[in-house]
Amino acid sequence: MVRVIVDVMPKPEILDPQGKAVLGALPRLGFSGISDVRQGKRFELDVENADEATLAEIAKVAETLLSNPVIEDFVVRVDA
Amino acid sequence: MTAIGVVTFPGSLDDRDARTAVEAAGATSIALWHGDADLRGVDAIVLPGGFSYGDYLRCGAIARFAPVMEHVIEAAKAGMPVLGICNGFQILCESHLLPGALIRNDHRTFLCRDQALVIENNRTAWTNEYAEGERIIIPLKNGEGGFVADAETVARLEGEGRVVARYADVNPNGSINAIAGITNERGNVVGLMPHPEHAISDLTGPGTDGLRFFTSVLQSLVSA
Repeated sequence: MVRVIVDVMPKPEILDPQGKAVLGALPRLGFSGISDVRQGKRFELDVENADEATLAEIAKVAETLLSNPVIEDFVVRVDA
Repeated sequence: MTAIGVVTFPGSLDDRDARTAVEAAGATSIALWHGDADLRGVDAIVLPGGFSYGDYLRCGAIARFAPVMEHVIEAAKAGMPVLGICNGFQILCESHLLPGALIRNDHRTFLCRDQALVIENNRTAWTNEYAEGERIIIPLKNGEGGFVADAETVARLEGEGRVVARYADVNPNGSINAIAGITNERGNVVGLMPHPEHAISDLTGPGTDGLRFFTSVLQSLVSA
């Protein structure tokens, strides 16, 4: 079994209110030096083989369901 | 008699109010279920507000793939009037029947208020009984109502007069250009973040300003 990771992140130009909320909480908790936070999603997909065809299919899944290309970017990678 | 279908997804909240509004407008309301394999012969469709599939993944993302949506999308492309309210608007965007997307309110809090809007396009199937530039007040209640789209899409929507309604007085959720609702090129599909179905009676809403969304569609079906 191979694990394939799909990371979905809001596009840089899209406002990320959740990331902003996390950023705003950091100083209150005593953490400093972090200038920005963006919050995304990580999906773990288990497959038999992470061959080219499977990864192409997962890219399709990422594009049609896991992410909304209007507001999000995604990256597909095989878990090391 | 004109029949308007209201789709209930798991997690829909405003399907009953939408059906009440349809009946108040003088149409027959038909309850459609997310798993339905056909549209039961309806003449128009309302996708109601709520939290379909618990808003899992993204608002409307899973509802888009519900069995009934295949038929809704096909009918919408063929010209059937479809109104998406709140979560229904999100579903229409996820279905690519309307451009753009709805993201979390910029102030991060769920908002529930009576909201003033200006109807900017009264040529759609759902707004033809309003005057252009008419100001109405209907409830707004959402956590993810910020309309976003790339600059090119926004310019096209504005240039083609496809902004159906715009927030007045205040931009309540950070929507680009204070956009509250948009339509497709043909004017049969309308997505609206605020809730006209909650403003059809003085007893239970801020007034009756919302009712004409539902009488408009009857008018458009009669003249079609």
